[in-house]
Amino acid sequence: MPAWITPIIAPFIVLNVVIGIVTYVTLLERKFAARMQSRIGPYRVGPHGLLQPIADALKLMMKEDVVPTRADRRVFNLAPIVFLIPCMLIFATIPFAPGLGVADLNIGILFFLAVSSMEIVGLFMAGWGSNNKYALLSAMRAVNQIISYDLPFIFAALVPVMLAGSLKLSDIAAAQSGLWFVFYPVIGQLAFAAFVVSTLAAENRVPFDILEAESELVAGFRVEYSGMKFALIQLGEYAHIVGTSFLGALLFLGAWAGPGPAWLGPLWFLLKAMFLFLLVTWIRWSFVRIRVDQILALSWKVLLPATLALLVATSIVVVWRHGAGV
Amino acid sequence: MATPTLSRVELDYSGGERLTMNMGPQHPSAHGVFRAILTLEGETVVGVDAVIGYLHRCHEKLSETLTYAQYPSIASKTDYVAAMTSEFAYVMAAEEIGKIEVPKRAQYLRIVTAELQRVASHLLWLGTWCMDMGGALGGGATIFLYCIRERELILDLFESLVGARLLYGFYQVGGVRYDIPSGWAQSCRQTIDLIEQRIGEYEGLLEQNPFFMARAHGVGVISRELAEDVGIAGPLLRGSNVNFDLRRAAPYSSYEDFKFAVPVEAAGDCFARYRVRMAEFRESIRIVRQVLDGLPEGAISSRPGLKSVAQVRIPKGEAYSRVEGPRGEVGCYLVADGSAKPYRMKWRGASFSNLAVLPHIIPGHKVADVVAIMGSVDPVFGEVDR
Amino acid sequence: MTRDQAATLIAEHFAGAQVQAGAALAVTVPVEQWQSFARFVKDTLGCHFFSFSSAVDWKEQGLEVIARVDNLDDGLGVLMKTRLGPGVSECPSLVPVYRGANWMERECYDMFGIRFDGHPDLRRILLGDDWQGHPLLKSYAVDTPYPPYR
Repeated sequence: MPAWITPIIAPFIVLNVVIGIVTYVTLLERKFAARMQSRIGPYRVGPHGLLQPIADALKLMMKEDVVPTRADRRVFNLAPIVFLIPCMLIFATIPFAPGLGVADLNIGILFFLAVSSMEIVGLFMAGWGSNNKYALLSAMRAVNQIISYDLPFIFAALVPVMLAGSLKLSDIAAAQSGLWFVFYPVIGQLAFAAFVVSTLAAENRVPFDILEAESELVAGFRVEYSGMKFALIQLGEYAHIVGTSFLGALLFLGAWAGPGPAWLGPLWFLLKAMFLFLLVTWIRWSFVRIRVDQILALSWKVLLPATLALLVATSIVVVWRHGAGV
Repeated sequence: MATPTLSRVELDYSGGERLTMNMGPQHPSAHGVFRAILTLEGETVVGVDAVIGYLHRCHEKLSETLTYAQYPSIASKTDYVAAMTSEFAYVMAAEEIGKIEVPKRAQYLRIVTAELQRVASHLLWLGTWCMDMGGALGGGATIFLYCIRERELILDLFESLVGARLLYGFYQVGGVRYDIPSGWAQSCRQTIDLIEQRIGEYEGLLEQNPFFMARAHGVGVISRELAEDVGIAGPLLRGSNVNFDLRRAAPYSSYEDFKFAVPVEAAGDCFARYRVRMAEFRESIRIVRQVLDGLPEGAISSRPGLKSVAQVRIPKGEAYSRVEGPRGEVGCYLVADGSAKPYRMKWRGASFSNLAVLPHIIPGHKVADVVAIMGSVDPVFGEVDR
Repeated sequence: MTRDQAATLIAEHFAGAQVQAGAALAVTVPVEQWQSFARFVKDTLGCHFFSFSSAVDWKEQGLEVIARVDNLDDGLGVLMKTRLGPGVSECPSLVPVYRGANWMERECYDMFGIRFDGHPDLRRILLGDDWQGHPLLKSYAVDTPYPPYR
C-alpha cells in the first residue's frame, strides 16, 4: 500500500466510527436517564428506539437555519466549526489497540489536553456572535469555568503520565499491563476522582453545567443556533465527552487490557469508555447544579491545591519506587 | 429599611458595567408568565423590576356578573395548582355573610380535599423547584418526574371524587357538591401511605446532597420584619420565624377538631422554606388520616338537591374570609347587596403578596439565585394576576 | 390586645373613627387621618402584618379604600376603611407605613383610578401601560370595547 494512503484512510475510518459512536451515545444516555426516572425513553422510532439518533439527525438537517438580524455573521457561522474541530481532533492521538491509532504522537497526552482546551474559542465565538445577552452571559461563564477546571484536569491526567514515565499514550496503556492505575494505592484513586470531577466541569455536565443552565440561560451559548449548526455543536459536545471518556479509560482503566484474545482489546476499551461515560451520565441525572461562584471556589480552593499536592506525592512515590534517575 | 424600596430600578450607566437583562415572560423557570427586568453587574443582580399582569382576566369584575352558584368553578382558575383553596375562600365568605350553616360531614370533606390539595401542590413545588435548580436536562428533572408521578395519584383520587383532575367545582355555598364514592377512603389511605414513604426518600435524596445544600442555604433570606411588612404568608412566613397558621390561629371548617403541628423555621432562607413545606407534607397526611377515621354521616350540603344549583341570595353585608392555602393566606373580601350576585369581590391572592417581596430580597444575589428564590417563593400566576 | 381593648384605644385617639359593630374590627376613618391611623394601628395596636388593600366603588357615594392589617401574635385583625367622597379619587398612600402597600395600591390605581399621594412608583401593574379606563369602576361596563380587542 502506498505510504500516503494510510494517513488518509485511517483518519477517515476513525472519524466515521467516532461519529457513529457519538450519535448512538446520545441514545444510550437518553435510555439510561429514562430508566433512572422510571420511564422508558425513546421507544417508537425503530425497535426500542434504535433509529432515534438517525431521525434526530435527519430532522436537524431539514430545519431552517436562522441567523439573528444583528448577529456578527462571520463569527456566528464559524463558531460551530471552530468548536467542533478540536473535539474531533482529540481522537487523533488515542490508540485504540497497540499500533491501531491515527497518530500515536510522542507527546500524545500533551496534544490531547492542549487541543481539547481550544473548544473554548469556539464557545466564546458562539456566545459573542449571537448578539444575545443570555449567550454572552453564558460565554463569560464558559471562559471562567473551563479555564479554571483545565488546570486540575491536566494535573490529574499527569499522575498516570508520571507513573508511566512517558507522554506517549500507548506507553501509558502498556505500563498498565500489571496494575491498572486506578488501583494504584491511594494516588490512583485520588487522581481518578479528581479526573472525573474535572471532566464534568470541563465538559459542562451537571453539576457544573451553568453554561447552558436551561432554567436560567435557556441553552446558554447555543440559544440562537438552529438546524445543522446546532447539530454540529451537539456533536462536538458529545464527541468531547466520549473523547475524555476514552482518555480516562486509557489513563486509568488499563485501555485495552482485558481477558480474552488480543483482538478483543478495542472492545474492552470501548466498554471501559462507556463505563466512564455512564458514570458521568449517572451523576448528571442525579444532582442539581451549583452556582458559578461556588464552582470557581471548588476549582481554585479545593481541586487545584489537591491535585498539585497529588502530583508532588506521585513524584515522591515514583522516585522512591524506581530510584532516582528515572 | 427606612425608605421604601423602589420597584423600578434607576439605571445609571455611568461607572460600572451594568447589563439589563430580561428574564422574560417566556422562560423555562418563570413559573408561569412573569417578566423580571434584571439589572446585572457581572453576575450579581443589582436591581429587579417585576412586571406582572400577563394572566390578568379581571376575576373581580367577572364575579360581579356571576351568581354565587356559578362562580366557585371559576374561582379555581385563580390558583390553578391548588384549585380547592380558592373555591373554599369564596364559599366561606358567602356563607359568613348569609349565615348559612355547613353540615359537619361537608366540613370534614372540605378539609380532606384541602389537605390533599396541599400535598399535591407541594409535590409540584418540589418538582419544579428542583428542576429550576438542576435543569430540565439534569438531576432536577429526575426529582420532577418522581414528584409528578406522586401528584398523579392524588389527581386520580380527585378525579374519582369530582370528575376533574385540575380545576374542580367541588365547593358550593352551603356544603360540597359530591359525596365520596365507595372505596375512596381506602384508596386515599393507600395513596397517602405511599406518598409519605416516598417523601422520606426524596428528603434523603436532597438533604444528603451537598450541591443542593449549597444552593439552598443562605439564599434569599427574608427577615421577619420584612415578611410581616410586605404581607407574605404561608411557608414563607413560617420559614422566617413567625408562628402563624390560619388553621391554628383562626380555625375554620372544623380544623380545631384535629391534631397537627405547625412547622416553623428560623433561618428565613430557601432551605428553611423547604423544610417547612416538607414538614407540612407530613402534617397534611396526618390530618387526612384523622379525618377519614372520624368522618361523620350526614348531609353534604345544607342546600341539597335542586337548591344546590339554584341561585342563593346573600343579604347585605360584607365579610373577609381566609383560608390557609399551600402558598399562604388566600382571602376573599366579599360585599353582598342582597341579590344573587356579589357587589364587590376582592381576591387576596397569596402569590401576589408573596411575589411583592422579590424586589426587596433579590438585589445582591447572583442570577442563579434568582431562579432558586423564585422557586422557593412558589408563585402561581393565576393568583398573582387574577 | 383584644378586639375591645383595640376599640377602646381607637376611640381614645381618633375622634372621627367609627367602629362597626360585630365580631370583626372594621373601622372607618376620615381621609385626612388615613396615614396617621395606619401608623397608630401598626405601632400601638401591634398590627405589623399587612394583608391587603383595595377599594370598593359605591357609585354615587364615591369610592371607599379599605386595607386589612393583622396582629399575628394576638390574632387581631383590623379592617381599615375610608370614604373618599363622591367624585374624589385621591388618597394618601400607606407605603411609608407598610411596604406591602406598594403593589396593592398600584392595583387600586390600575383598577379604580385612585391616585395615592406619596406612592413612590404609581403605574399600572396588571393591565398594559396603554390601557385606557379603570375596569373595576361601576361605570366601566363589562363589555367596554378597548381597541384592538373588539
